[in-house]
Amino acid sequence: MTPDETPPEGMTRRSFLRTSTVLATGAAAIAAGLAPLRKIGHYSSVEEFLQKQYKELSPAEMKVVLARIEGEVERQYGIRPHVRDYKPMSGVQFVYALNLSRCVGCRKCVHACVAENNQSRNPEIQYIRVVKLPNDGSFDLESGDVNYTPKSVPEAGFFYMPIQCHQCHNPPCVTVCPVKATWQEADGITVIDYNWCIGCRYCEAACPYFARRFNFATPSIPKEQINPKMSYLGNRPRYKGVMEKCHFCIQRTREGRYPACVEVCPTGSRKFGNILDPDSEVSYILKNKRVFVLKEELGTHPRFFYYFDI
Amino acid sequence: MRNYATFLVRCGRLAFVGDWRYYTWLGALTAVILLGLNAYAKQFAVGLITTGMSDQVSWGVYIANFTFLVGMAAAAVMLVIPVHIYKNEDLHDLVIIGELFAVSAILMCLCFVTVDLGRPDRFWHLIPWIGIFHFPGSMLSWDVLVLNGYLLLNLHICGYMIYCRYCGRTPSKWFYYPFVFIGIIWAVSIHTVTAFLYVGLGGRPFWNSAVLGPRFIASAFTAGPAFIIIALQVLRHFSTYRVTDKALMTLRSIIQVAMLVNLFLLANEAFNEFYAGGRHIASTRYLFFGLHGHHALVPWIWTAVTFNVISAILFVMKASRRIPVLNITCALAIVGIWIEKGMGMVVPGFIPTPIGEIVDYTPSFNEVLICLGIWAFGFLCFTIFLRMSVPVLQGKVFMARPREAQA
Repeated sequence: MTPDETPPEGMTRRSFLRTSTVLATGAAAIAAGLAPLRKIGHYSSVEEFLQKQYKELSPAEMKVVLARIEGEVERQYGIRPHVRDYKPMSGVQFVYALNLSRCVGCRKCVHACVAENNQSRNPEIQYIRVVKLPNDGSFDLESGDVNYTPKSVPEAGFFYMPIQCHQCHNPPCVTVCPVKATWQEADGITVIDYNWCIGCRYCEAACPYFARRFNFATPSIPKEQINPKMSYLGNRPRYKGVMEKCHFCIQRTREGRYPACVEVCPTGSRKFGNILDPDSEVSYILKNKRVFVLKEELGTHPRFFYYFDI
Repeated sequence: MRNYATFLVRCGRLAFVGDWRYYTWLGALTAVILLGLNAYAKQFAVGLITTGMSDQVSWGVYIANFTFLVGMAAAAVMLVIPVHIYKNEDLHDLVIIGELFAVSAILMCLCFVTVDLGRPDRFWHLIPWIGIFHFPGSMLSWDVLVLNGYLLLNLHICGYMIYCRYCGRTPSKWFYYPFVFIGIIWAVSIHTVTAFLYVGLGGRPFWNSAVLGPRFIASAFTAGPAFIIIALQVLRHFSTYRVTDKALMTLRSIIQVAMLVNLFLLANEAFNEFYAGGRHIASTRYLFFGLHGHHALVPWIWTAVTFNVISAILFVMKASRRIPVLNITCALAIVGIWIEKGMGMVVPGFIPTPIGEIVDYTPSFNEVLICLGIWAFGFLCFTIFLRMSVPVLQGKVFMARPREAQA
């Protein structure tokens, strides 16, 4: 039989045996190849797999989803949380202002954020990066250092610039998301539906402020460090393979409280409030201080302002 | 309809018939695919932490290969244009082979995107009407459309042509020509859209350059035909399929132009970056010279530049009319462009990060295995496609006439 001829129809005993051997070997090889999947543990339930995007869930469906998520968290972390869907308050647009003259680079904000928002401890995920910059007449982030470890801060000759999600008015991360898993809410906070994100990391490439984080592995948080007061779009534990980011502590700020980073700051460098309220602290700062935003030329219109207090 | 089913079954059977060299080749490819599958199973179970990627460098060798292969797929059009627009006779019979190559490349692209996803199980969120498809806002949704569209177009054109040959009838122009011309524009669009994925990011000055799209096209039209030149010779060697040297030389003259344009555009980019200077060139500086003691990509990019320049010179010289020299020249061009456009284009875009951090990226072993698996899968597809279609194109496998069937 030359290779170009189609083999004759029907099967002889020999060809049957040969075909079966080939198929059996192939099946065994594929099974061996897929063996690591046995270690996977719980991946996704049917309800989780079929869940609709946040904005398409009716209030009744949301109730079911929240109860399911409470169960998931309890199974995984051994603590029963209270997960709520906090909605934006009407007449509120949040704005953040950070006083660069006061910040001493202690990173208390970083740790308060991790504790409040149930960030993974291993692998470590943090929303706030504090850049130590030299007082040398430039404002060049590239000459900064984010891994500084002196005995005490502040160090002479340096100033500190904390950077987190700037909650842009024109957010590039939202534009690029192929499945609308991230969007801007009425109060200006850009949120992520952790159950809708496909983990393509396009938003992470698009963000000019290095504000987004990806869960490269299943997050792990010790049981006793879990913050049980959780929000759907905010600090509930995330899944492996999805994005997360700063959400101005939705579970606090939508109840009229300050974000954890503002509350913990020992120098009062961090100011937060409603820009639509003319008597708010942030309105005062924007009117009376010389403020600036990072990378203004990109047209992202951050809601996060820096100022110097001279 | 029954004829078509018989045709598919016969083609399917052909795929598993060959001599010992064919079985060895398929066996070797399957072994590599299984290694890749095993590596992917690990990644799926543990997460993308098994890769070398980080929050700082959040795309790596998967997306690099994806970008390169979109170009390879688009390059099939370099066979289509001469044949259908300039009525080139030498390449006429080779068009289908170019299109089969494009189909294999697109399949590999789809694999590379899938393995890059953190949640491949939520893939359905991307399907229009079933999930939420962010079109036309997200360039990634454009890419999903153009890549799958290109796959379908090419499958239709190849499948129809080969089936007509099998039936021994002339292809109906209406069923074929419109798709060929849509395909030509579509080929350019897949690579332009892929370039726009990067160009559209204002926060990444390294990518945010108008010349990136044209550079993508020029480099694709170099590496693609270069690969086809080598593939055609392999086909000629292992089958009785006729491929003339003249056809190879036509492809060579296409590459001559494309390679020179590619280098010219690279020079434009380099001038734009370095002459005026400024802070936005940090990524380019990192790529070519290293930055603050980090030099991970420097040897790679200079290898790529050297290979590209040598191959450009050889392509222009008469020496590359000799087949062995031509093969070396093509190999240099493919490797050079793979580095320049893969790792040399994707990774530096992330370094330094928008807030100035420098974190190097090296693919992990597991990541490399997955890439090799997908490449082997692509070669397997291309091999099987050729195995099925070449005998039909040669007229060795055809539809049995009713009279013969009775006999």
